[in-house]
Amino acid sequence: MAATRPMTSALTSSSDSGPTIKFERVRIRFEGRDILREVSFRVQERETLVLLGETGTGKTLSLKLAAGLLRPSRGNIQVLGRDISGMAERDLLAFRRQIGFVFQEGALFDSMTVGENVAYRLHEDRVKSDEIEPRVREVLRFVELEHTLDLFPSELSGGMRRRVSIARALINQPPIVLYDSPTAGLDPVTSQTIITLILRLRDVFGVTALLATQRLQDGFALANFRYDATTKRVVHSVSNGNAAGAARMAATRFLVLRDGGVYFEGGQEELADTKDEYLKRFLV
Amino acid sequence: MADTPLQFAGREDEAEPQITVAGVLVNAVKGAVADVQDYAMLCGRTLVTLVTPPFYLQDVLQQMDSIGAGSLPIILLSGFFIGAVMVLQTGAQFTRFGQTSLTGDVVAIALVRELGPSLTGLLVTGRCATGIASELGSMLVTEQVDAMRAMGTDPVRKLVAPRVIATLLTLPLLTAMTDFMGLLGGCVASVFSLRLTAVEFWRRAIDALDFADIMQGFTKPFFFAFILATIGCYKGLTVRGGTQGVGRATTQAAVLSSVMIIVADAFLTKVALYFADKLF
Repeated sequence: MAATRPMTSALTSSSDSGPTIKFERVRIRFEGRDILREVSFRVQERETLVLLGETGTGKTLSLKLAAGLLRPSRGNIQVLGRDISGMAERDLLAFRRQIGFVFQEGALFDSMTVGENVAYRLHEDRVKSDEIEPRVREVLRFVELEHTLDLFPSELSGGMRRRVSIARALINQPPIVLYDSPTAGLDPVTSQTIITLILRLRDVFGVTALLATQRLQDGFALANFRYDATTKRVVHSVSNGNAAGAARMAATRFLVLRDGGVYFEGGQEELADTKDEYLKRFLV
Repeated sequence: MADTPLQFAGREDEAEPQITVAGVLVNAVKGAVADVQDYAMLCGRTLVTLVTPPFYLQDVLQQMDSIGAGSLPIILLSGFFIGAVMVLQTGAQFTRFGQTSLTGDVVAIALVRELGPSLTGLLVTGRCATGIASELGSMLVTEQVDAMRAMGTDPVRKLVAPRVIATLLTLPLLTAMTDFMGLLGGCVASVFSLRLTAVEFWRRAIDALDFADIMQGFTKPFFFAFILATIGCYKGLTVRGGTQGVGRATTQAAVLSSVMIIVADAFLTKVALYFADKLF
């Protein structure tokens, strides 16, 4: 990716001014039970929407719906201005190449090396072989795992697998990245590394993101901090007295799912100042 | 299988009725019909991917190595001893009538027409249908199949089609090896047990076979290959219930493929005999 295709070119995605992701009264049923009911939300370009909720409230389902991996029983889902809820699987396969998906456990192909995993999409796109290795090395360098190129996923730790998964999602510079509990089950230090990567993607490359998590601190970290490309450090969003600029650059909002519906949608301040007993459980 | 690549999502499930015997039976029948429908759709989609690009040639070669070359040792060994056992069993009867020279005829016809294809199909089922089901099932429960779809790859094209093509190409070849090794084993048993000469055994065996036998023996493996590969893939891609589900799917793949091969064999034999009668 280095000289010919800089990563910064990734994010010139939707040309229209509408939301990048839009859910309208989405409902999905499994085995006679509504898992999601009348769920509506919008994610604007370069915005991060943090999906919070207890286990089984439909966070992962929402991500899979946004990626077109599942279809809603009812309702409408638009991504990058296109209605994907009625799109044929064949068209969806092509469309999904514009979306990066980071699965909870990484979902790396265990019969392939790290390098082959990251290069998978490039091989699928018939990219010239001499272009592939530099691009793979660059994204692995981005997640600080260049030395794992020839290792198999089974030889990596849980945190390293997540980082490889992020690298794999980034390889073709998608304008949207969906993160499914990227820090679940990781120690605090590794979680911080993952969050820093997400910050870098958001602030340096302007990725629009949906992030499902049970950890409110991940969402607050995204709302309160930003990655400074000049100093190459994570800094507080309000540092240098440029809070408004930082907020414009990368808004982070929260959406809490409960019993299949949207229980709360708003910014960090509203969530932090809430008097609602249920929401307070996330703040403890 | 709502969250699998074979899901036809949007299909709404009815609310669970109160549990009664009739309700349980109706649900079981509905489930079986839905399984047949989903399997038929997988077969249909597989057939489409066999003739439309993109093709994954590298994956086909890998699967041919795994399914074909990997199965060769068990095929060679089993084929040899099946032929030998046939000679020992039939030879004892022929000896009573002084017709031991007919042993070569019987072994050749039985092996080429029937035992070669069906036993090869069953042996490869035991080794490969289970392997396919467990491999794909593991990929499904670890979300690798979803990851593949998320990256714009059709799992039927990438995972199912190469396995089906590889099995279609290798099973007839493996059947030929079983036939040859069976005749070789029969020859060895004839020489040492019935005191026939090797030349006599081979001459009788080759003379006994006509074109219809060869056609029958080498048509069946294509059907058996399709059955064992698609059932293995279907069971793998419809796993539910985590790693325990993978084990269950593996067992089901072996049992269902074996039964379906035997059932298909009966029909194919009837059809082959009909055509042999009409055409040859």
